[in-house]
Amino acid sequence: MLQQIEAVVAENDAIGVHRVLVQIGPLSGVEAELLAQAFPIAIAGSVADGAELVMETLPIRVRCQSCGAESEAGANRLICGDCGDWHTTLISGDEMLLASLELEK
Amino acid sequence: MCDTCGCNVTPGNEHLVRADGKHAKTQDGKQAITILKSLLSENDHQAAHNRHHFDQHQVLAINLMSSPGSGKTALLEATIDALQGEFKIAVIEGDLETENDAERIRAKGVTAIQIATGTACHLDAHMVHDALHHMDLAPLDIVFIENVGNLVCPASFDLGHHRNVTLLSTTEGDDKPAKYPVMFRAADIMLITKTDLLPVLEDFDPKKAEHYLRHLANDAPVLQLSAKKGLQMSNWVDWLRNEVKQQRERLVAEETARPKIQADGVKFHAANHSHSHG
Repeated sequence: MLQQIEAVVAENDAIGVHRVLVQIGPLSGVEAELLAQAFPIAIAGSVADGAELVMETLPIRVRCQSCGAESEAGANRLICGDCGDWHTTLISGDEMLLASLELEK
Repeated sequence: MCDTCGCNVTPGNEHLVRADGKHAKTQDGKQAITILKSLLSENDHQAAHNRHHFDQHQVLAINLMSSPGSGKTALLEATIDALQGEFKIAVIEGDLETENDAERIRAKGVTAIQIATGTACHLDAHMVHDALHHMDLAPLDIVFIENVGNLVCPASFDLGHHRNVTLLSTTEGDDKPAKYPVMFRAADIMLITKTDLLPVLEDFDPKKAEHYLRHLANDAPVLQLSAKKGLQMSNWVDWLRNEVKQQRERLVAEETARPKIQADGVKFHAANHSHSHG
Protein backbone atom coordinates (compact mmCIF):
# COMPACT_ATOMS: atom_id res chain seq x y z
CA MET A 1 0.00 0.00 0.00
CA LEU A 2 2.81 2.39 0.90
CA GLN A 3 4.45 1.82 -2.49
CA GLN A 4 1.18 2.64 -4.21
CA ILE A 5 0.81 5.81 -2.14
CA GLU A 6 4.39 6.89 -2.91
CA ALA A 7 3.79 6.34 -6.62
CA VAL A 8 0.63 8.48 -6.62
CA VAL A 9 2.37 11.25 -4.66
CA ALA A 10 5.22 11.30 -7.17
CA GLU A 11 2.88 11.25 -10.18
CA ASN A 12 0.98 14.24 -8.85
CA ASP A 13 3.96 16.26 -7.65
CA ALA A 14 2.51 16.37 -4.14
CA ILE A 15 4.52 17.04 -1.00
CA GLY A 16 2.47 15.02 1.44
CA VAL A 17 -0.66 13.03 2.12
CA HIS A 18 -3.55 14.23 4.27
CA ARG A 19 -5.88 11.33 4.16
CA VAL A 20 -5.88 7.75 2.92
CA LEU A 21 -9.21 6.12 2.22
CA VAL A 22 -9.25 2.35 2.27
CA GLN A 23 -12.29 0.20 1.54
CA ILE A 24 -12.54 -3.17 3.17
CA GLY A 25 -15.17 -5.83 2.66
CA PRO A 26 -15.75 -8.34 5.47
CA LEU A 27 -14.91 -11.18 3.05
CA SER A 28 -11.55 -9.73 2.00
CA GLY A 29 -9.67 -11.30 4.91
CA VAL A 30 -8.32 -7.92 6.02
CA GLU A 31 -8.86 -7.11 9.69
CA ALA A 32 -9.61 -3.39 9.92
CA GLU A 33 -8.40 -2.97 13.48
CA LEU A 34 -5.04 -4.58 12.74
CA LEU A 35 -4.61 -2.40 9.66
CA ALA A 36 -5.39 0.67 11.76
CA GLN A 37 -2.68 -0.32 14.26
CA ALA A 38 -0.09 -1.08 11.60
CA PHE A 39 -0.73 2.03 9.51
CA PRO A 40 1.05 4.70 11.62
CA ILE A 41 4.08 2.42 11.96
CA ALA A 42 4.18 1.68 8.24
CA ILE A 43 3.99 5.32 7.15
CA ALA A 44 6.44 6.70 9.74
CA GLY A 45 9.24 8.46 7.93
CA SER A 46 7.58 8.05 4.53
CA VAL A 47 6.01 10.69 2.33
CA ALA A 48 2.66 9.77 3.92
CA ASP A 49 3.90 10.38 7.48
CA GLY A 50 1.09 11.85 9.57
CA ALA A 51 -1.68 10.93 7.15
CA GLU A 52 -5.07 10.02 8.52
CA LEU A 53 -6.34 6.54 7.68
CA VAL A 54 -10.05 6.36 6.96
CA MET A 55 -11.50 2.90 6.59
CA GLU A 56 -14.84 2.14 5.11
CA THR A 57 -16.44 -1.21 5.57
CA LEU A 58 -18.49 -2.10 2.56
CA PRO A 59 -21.64 -4.17 2.89
CA ILE A 60 -21.87 -7.79 1.80
CA ARG A 61 -24.37 -7.91 -1.03
CA VAL A 62 -25.36 -10.77 -3.29
CA ARG A 63 -27.33 -11.08 -6.50
CA CYS A 64 -29.48 -14.16 -6.82
CA GLN A 65 -28.90 -16.24 -9.94
CA SER A 66 -32.39 -17.73 -9.63
CA CYS A 67 -34.69 -14.77 -8.94
CA GLY A 68 -32.37 -11.85 -9.74
CA ALA A 69 -32.95 -10.07 -6.45
CA GLU A 70 -30.12 -8.15 -4.78
CA SER A 71 -29.91 -8.35 -1.02
CA GLU A 72 -27.58 -7.94 1.94
CA ALA A 73 -26.10 -11.13 3.33
CA GLY A 74 -24.04 -12.38 6.24
CA ALA A 75 -20.41 -13.42 5.82
CA ASN A 76 -21.21 -17.11 6.19
CA ARG A 77 -24.75 -16.98 4.78
CA LEU A 78 -24.43 -15.72 1.22
CA ILE A 79 -27.94 -16.76 0.34
CA CYS A 80 -30.63 -14.74 -1.40
CA GLY A 81 -32.60 -12.58 1.04
CA ASP A 82 -35.66 -12.90 -1.18
CA CYS A 83 -35.98 -16.55 -2.16
CA GLY A 84 -33.32 -18.21 0.03
CA ASP A 85 -31.42 -19.84 -2.85
CA TRP A 86 -27.64 -20.24 -2.35
CA HIS A 87 -26.88 -19.83 -6.06
CA THR A 88 -25.84 -16.22 -5.67
CA THR A 89 -23.05 -13.98 -6.93
CA LEU A 90 -21.22 -11.71 -4.54
CA ILE A 91 -21.45 -8.16 -5.87
CA SER A 92 -19.87 -6.38 -2.91
CA GLY A 93 -18.08 -7.33 0.29
CA ASP A 94 -14.70 -8.80 -0.73
CA GLU A 95 -12.98 -5.51 -1.53
CA MET A 96 -9.59 -4.51 -0.15
CA LEU A 97 -8.89 -1.33 -1.97
CA LEU A 98 -6.78 1.76 -1.67
CA ALA A 99 -9.75 3.90 -2.70
CA SER A 100 -8.45 7.45 -2.71
CA LEU A 101 -5.78 9.80 -1.41
CA GLU A 102 -6.07 13.40 -0.36
CA LEU A 103 -2.79 15.02 -1.32
CA GLU A 104 -0.99 18.06 -0.07
CA LYS A 105 0.45 20.09 -2.90
CA MET B 1 -9.38 -8.21 -8.56
CA CYS B 2 -8.26 -6.43 -11.67
CA ASP B 3 -6.62 -3.03 -11.43
CA THR B 4 -6.57 -2.13 -15.06
CA CYS B 5 -10.12 -2.09 -16.38
CA GLY B 6 -12.01 -0.42 -13.57
CA CYS B 7 -13.68 -3.58 -12.33
CA ASN B 8 -12.70 -2.59 -8.81
CA VAL B 9 -15.65 -0.24 -8.91
CA THR B 10 -18.31 -2.44 -7.39
CA PRO B 11 -21.94 -1.70 -6.59
CA GLY B 12 -20.71 -1.24 -3.02
CA ASN B 13 -18.42 1.66 -3.75
CA GLU B 14 -19.35 3.16 -7.09
CA HIS B 15 -21.41 5.92 -5.45
CA LEU B 16 -18.22 7.21 -3.83
CA VAL B 17 -16.35 7.79 -7.02
CA ARG B 18 -19.04 9.26 -9.25
CA ALA B 19 -18.59 12.97 -9.93
CA ASP B 20 -20.88 13.93 -7.06
CA GLY B 21 -19.67 11.18 -4.72
CA LYS B 22 -18.38 12.15 -1.33
CA HIS B 23 -14.82 11.22 -2.21
CA ALA B 24 -14.71 12.92 -5.58
CA LYS B 25 -13.54 16.21 -4.08
CA THR B 26 -12.84 17.58 -0.64
CA GLN B 27 -14.42 20.55 1.06
CA ASP B 28 -11.21 22.40 1.76
CA GLY B 29 -10.02 22.14 -1.79
CA LYS B 30 -7.27 19.59 -1.25
CA GLN B 31 -6.71 17.38 -4.21
CA ALA B 32 -8.39 14.02 -3.89
CA ILE B 33 -7.12 11.27 -6.13
CA THR B 34 -9.25 8.22 -6.74
CA ILE B 35 -7.19 5.05 -6.98
CA LEU B 36 -9.28 1.92 -6.29
CA LYS B 37 -6.30 -0.41 -6.45
CA SER B 38 -6.21 -3.64 -4.60
CA LEU B 39 -4.02 -3.45 -1.51
CA LEU B 40 -2.52 -6.69 -2.78
CA SER B 41 -1.69 -5.39 -6.25
CA GLU B 42 2.03 -6.09 -5.75
CA ASN B 43 1.24 -9.70 -4.90
CA ASP B 44 -1.30 -9.99 -7.71
CA HIS B 45 1.22 -8.71 -10.23
CA GLN B 46 3.76 -11.32 -9.13
CA ALA B 47 1.04 -14.00 -9.15
CA ALA B 48 0.17 -13.23 -12.77
CA HIS B 49 3.86 -13.59 -13.58
CA ASN B 50 4.01 -16.97 -11.82
CA ARG B 51 0.89 -18.17 -13.65
CA HIS B 52 2.51 -17.20 -16.93
CA HIS B 53 5.53 -19.35 -15.97
CA PHE B 54 3.29 -22.34 -15.22
CA ASP B 55 1.31 -21.86 -18.42
CA GLN B 56 4.41 -21.52 -20.58
CA HIS B 57 5.50 -24.95 -19.40
CA GLN B 58 2.02 -26.46 -19.62
CA VAL B 59 1.94 -27.09 -15.90
CA LEU B 60 -1.20 -27.21 -13.78
CA ALA B 61 -0.59 -25.49 -10.40
CA ILE B 62 -2.72 -26.53 -7.42
CA ASN B 63 -2.79 -24.75 -4.06
CA LEU B 64 -3.59 -26.99 -1.07
CA MET B 65 -5.03 -25.20 1.94
CA SER B 66 -6.30 -26.45 5.30
CA SER B 67 -5.73 -26.40 9.05
CA PRO B 68 -2.44 -27.83 10.30
CA GLY B 69 -2.68 -31.60 10.56
CA SER B 70 -5.65 -32.16 8.28
CA GLY B 71 -3.65 -34.40 5.97
CA LYS B 72 -2.25 -32.28 3.15
CA THR B 73 1.07 -34.11 3.03
CA ALA B 74 -0.56 -37.54 3.41
CA LEU B 75 -2.89 -36.62 0.53
CA LEU B 76 0.12 -35.68 -1.60
CA GLU B 77 1.91 -38.94 -0.79
CA ALA B 78 -1.12 -40.99 -1.80
CA THR B 79 -1.70 -38.84 -4.90
CA ILE B 80 1.91 -39.27 -6.04
CA ASP B 81 1.49 -43.06 -5.72
CA ALA B 82 -1.81 -43.00 -7.60
CA LEU B 83 -0.46 -40.95 -10.50
CA GLN B 84 2.92 -42.67 -10.77
CA GLY B 85 3.93 -43.05 -14.41
CA GLU B 86 0.97 -40.94 -15.55
CA PHE B 87 1.98 -37.40 -14.60
CA LYS B 88 5.26 -35.78 -13.60
CA ILE B 89 4.70 -34.04 -10.28
CA ALA B 90 6.66 -31.59 -8.12
CA VAL B 91 5.76 -30.01 -4.79
CA ILE B 92 6.39 -26.64 -3.14
CA GLU B 93 6.10 -26.99 0.64
CA GLY B 94 5.26 -24.05 2.89
CA ASP B 95 5.92 -24.36 6.61
CA LEU B 96 7.11 -21.98 9.30
CA GLU B 97 10.02 -24.28 10.09
CA THR B 98 11.53 -27.70 9.23
CA GLU B 99 12.01 -29.67 6.03
CA ASN B 100 9.95 -32.57 7.37
CA ASP B 101 7.15 -32.40 4.80
CA ALA B 102 9.55 -31.90 1.89
CA GLU B 103 11.51 -34.96 3.03
CA ARG B 104 8.34 -37.08 3.06
CA ILE B 105 7.66 -36.02 -0.53
CA ARG B 106 11.29 -36.59 -1.63
CA ALA B 107 11.09 -40.11 -0.18
CA LYS B 108 8.56 -40.74 -2.97
CA GLY B 109 11.16 -39.74 -5.56
CA VAL B 110 9.46 -36.43 -6.29
CA THR B 111 11.13 -33.00 -6.30
CA ALA B 112 10.09 -30.92 -3.29
CA ILE B 113 11.18 -27.35 -2.60
CA GLN B 114 10.71 -26.29 1.01
CA ILE B 115 9.86 -22.68 1.77
CA ALA B 116 10.49 -21.92 5.45
CA THR B 117 8.28 -18.90 6.06
CA GLY B 118 9.70 -18.15 9.52
CA THR B 119 6.91 -16.26 11.23
CA ALA B 120 4.74 -15.75 8.15
CA CYS B 121 1.48 -17.66 8.37
CA HIS B 122 0.89 -18.00 4.63
CA LEU B 123 2.69 -18.22 1.30
CA ASP B 124 2.62 -15.27 -1.07
CA ALA B 125 3.36 -14.97 -4.76
CA HIS B 126 6.91 -13.71 -4.19
CA MET B 127 7.87 -16.72 -2.05
CA VAL B 128 6.47 -19.08 -4.68
CA HIS B 129 8.39 -17.22 -7.37
CA ASP B 130 11.63 -17.72 -5.43
CA ALA B 131 10.86 -21.43 -5.14
CA LEU B 132 10.23 -21.64 -8.89
CA HIS B 133 13.82 -20.53 -9.47
CA HIS B 134 14.89 -23.85 -7.92
CA MET B 135 12.54 -25.95 -10.01
CA ASP B 136 12.70 -27.08 -13.64
CA LEU B 137 9.12 -26.78 -14.84
CA ALA B 138 9.76 -28.14 -18.33
CA PRO B 139 9.23 -31.86 -17.63
CA LEU B 140 6.35 -31.36 -15.17
CA ASP B 141 2.58 -31.80 -15.49
CA ILE B 142 1.39 -30.77 -12.01
CA VAL B 143 2.93 -28.58 -9.31
CA PHE B 144 1.27 -28.84 -5.92
CA ILE B 145 1.80 -25.91 -3.57
CA GLU B 146 1.19 -27.07 -0.01
CA ASN B 147 0.34 -23.86 1.79
CA VAL B 148 1.03 -23.18 5.46
CA GLY B 149 -1.55 -24.95 7.63
CA ASN B 150 -3.93 -22.10 8.42
CA LEU B 151 -7.61 -21.51 7.62
CA VAL B 152 -7.32 -17.72 7.57
CA CYS B 153 -4.52 -15.89 5.74
CA PRO B 154 -3.64 -18.21 2.82
CA ALA B 155 -7.08 -17.61 1.31
CA SER B 156 -6.29 -13.98 0.52
CA PHE B 157 -3.13 -14.50 -1.53
CA ASP B 158 -3.09 -15.44 -5.18
CA LEU B 159 0.10 -17.45 -5.77
CA GLY B 160 -0.25 -17.71 -9.53
CA HIS B 161 -1.84 -21.14 -9.29
CA HIS B 162 -4.92 -22.35 -11.16
CA ARG B 163 -7.02 -24.14 -8.55
CA ASN B 164 -7.59 -24.05 -4.78
CA VAL B 165 -8.08 -27.35 -3.01
CA THR B 166 -9.36 -26.97 0.56
CA LEU B 167 -9.16 -29.91 2.95
CA LEU B 168 -11.46 -30.38 5.92
CA SER B 169 -10.59 -33.36 8.08
CA THR B 170 -13.20 -35.26 10.03
CA THR B 171 -11.30 -34.56 13.25
CA GLU B 172 -12.20 -30.88 12.86
CA GLY B 173 -15.75 -29.56 13.17
CA ASP B 174 -18.19 -29.88 10.27
CA ASP B 175 -19.02 -26.17 10.75
CA LYS B 176 -15.53 -24.99 9.69
CA PRO B 177 -16.89 -23.53 6.41
CA ALA B 178 -19.25 -21.31 8.43
CA LYS B 179 -16.45 -20.27 10.79
CA TYR B 180 -13.89 -19.54 8.07
CA PRO B 181 -15.98 -18.20 5.19
CA VAL B 182 -13.11 -16.40 3.41
CA MET B 183 -11.16 -19.67 3.15
CA PHE B 184 -14.00 -21.96 2.12
CA ARG B 185 -15.45 -19.44 -0.33
CA ALA B 186 -12.12 -19.72 -2.17
CA ALA B 187 -12.32 -23.51 -2.56
CA ASP B 188 -12.51 -24.89 -6.11
CA ILE B 189 -12.98 -28.31 -4.52
CA MET B 190 -13.45 -29.32 -0.88
CA LEU B 191 -12.00 -32.62 0.29
CA ILE B 192 -13.32 -34.17 3.46
CA THR B 193 -10.29 -36.15 4.64
CA LYS B 194 -9.70 -38.93 7.18
CA THR B 195 -13.11 -40.44 6.48
CA ASP B 196 -11.86 -43.76 7.87
CA LEU B 197 -12.41 -42.13 11.28
CA LEU B 198 -16.05 -41.21 10.61
CA PRO B 199 -17.46 -44.28 12.44
CA VAL B 200 -15.89 -43.08 15.71
CA LEU B 201 -16.46 -39.35 15.18
CA GLU B 202 -20.19 -39.09 15.70
CA ASP B 203 -20.21 -35.29 15.71
CA PHE B 204 -18.88 -34.85 12.19
CA ASP B 205 -21.59 -34.94 9.52
CA PRO B 206 -20.24 -34.60 5.94
CA LYS B 207 -23.69 -33.46 4.79
CA LYS B 208 -23.59 -30.57 7.26
CA ALA B 209 -20.12 -29.57 6.08
CA GLU B 210 -21.43 -29.44 2.51
CA HIS B 211 -24.51 -27.51 3.66
CA TYR B 212 -22.29 -24.82 5.24
CA LEU B 213 -20.17 -24.66 2.09
CA ARG B 214 -23.29 -24.11 -0.07
CA HIS B 215 -24.31 -21.27 2.21
CA LEU B 216 -21.16 -19.49 1.05
CA ALA B 217 -22.66 -19.63 -2.46
CA ASN B 218 -19.92 -22.08 -3.39
CA ASP B 219 -20.90 -24.81 -5.85
CA ALA B 220 -17.50 -26.56 -5.63
CA PRO B 221 -17.53 -30.36 -5.66
CA VAL B 222 -17.21 -32.04 -2.26
CA LEU B 223 -15.36 -35.35 -2.10
CA GLN B 224 -14.77 -37.68 0.82
CA LEU B 225 -11.59 -39.73 1.08
CA SER B 226 -9.00 -41.28 3.34
CA ALA B 227 -5.49 -40.91 1.97
CA LYS B 228 -3.98 -43.04 4.71
CA LYS B 229 -6.29 -46.00 4.13
CA GLY B 230 -6.54 -45.40 0.39
CA LEU B 231 -10.32 -45.05 0.53
CA GLN B 232 -12.28 -43.31 -2.25
CA MET B 233 -9.16 -41.79 -3.80
CA SER B 234 -10.43 -42.37 -7.34
CA ASN B 235 -12.83 -39.40 -7.53
CA TRP B 236 -10.02 -37.06 -6.42
CA VAL B 237 -7.57 -38.53 -8.90
CA ASP B 238 -10.18 -38.28 -11.67
CA TRP B 239 -10.77 -34.64 -10.74
CA LEU B 240 -7.01 -34.02 -11.11
CA ARG B 241 -6.90 -35.83 -14.47
CA ASN B 242 -9.75 -33.67 -15.69
CA GLU B 243 -8.04 -30.50 -14.47
CA VAL B 244 -4.82 -31.42 -16.30
CA LYS B 245 -6.88 -32.03 -19.45
CA GLN B 246 -8.69 -28.71 -19.06
CA GLN B 247 -5.42 -26.88 -18.45
CA ARG B 248 -4.02 -28.29 -21.72
CA GLU B 249 -7.18 -27.32 -23.59
CA ARG B 250 -7.03 -23.81 -22.15
CA LEU B 251 -3.43 -23.40 -23.28
CA VAL B 252 -4.35 -24.44 -26.83
CA ALA B 253 -7.06 -21.75 -26.71
CA GLU B 254 -4.48 -19.30 -25.24
CA GLU B 255 -6.44 -18.93 -22.02
CA THR B 256 -5.59 -19.39 -18.39
CA ALA B 257 -7.55 -20.04 -15.22
CA ARG B 258 -7.54 -18.25 -11.92
CA PRO B 259 -8.43 -19.86 -8.62
CA LYS B 260 -11.67 -18.96 -6.92
CA ILE B 261 -10.10 -16.33 -4.65
CA GLN B 262 -11.25 -13.40 -6.70
CA ALA B 263 -13.63 -15.28 -8.93
CA ASP B 264 -16.85 -13.56 -7.98
CA GLY B 265 -15.63 -10.04 -8.63
CA VAL B 266 -14.11 -11.07 -11.93
CA LYS B 267 -17.17 -13.10 -12.97
CA PHE B 268 -19.50 -10.26 -12.09
CA HIS B 269 -17.61 -7.75 -14.18
CA ALA B 270 -16.79 -10.09 -17.03
CA ALA B 271 -20.05 -9.15 -18.72
CA ASN B 272 -19.03 -5.49 -18.84
CA HIS B 273 -15.35 -5.75 -19.65
CA SER B 274 -13.82 -8.27 -21.93
CA HIS B 275 -10.29 -8.73 -20.74
CA SER B 276 -8.02 -11.60 -19.99
CA HIS B 277 -5.87 -11.94 -16.96
CA GLY B 278 -2.37 -13.15 -17.79
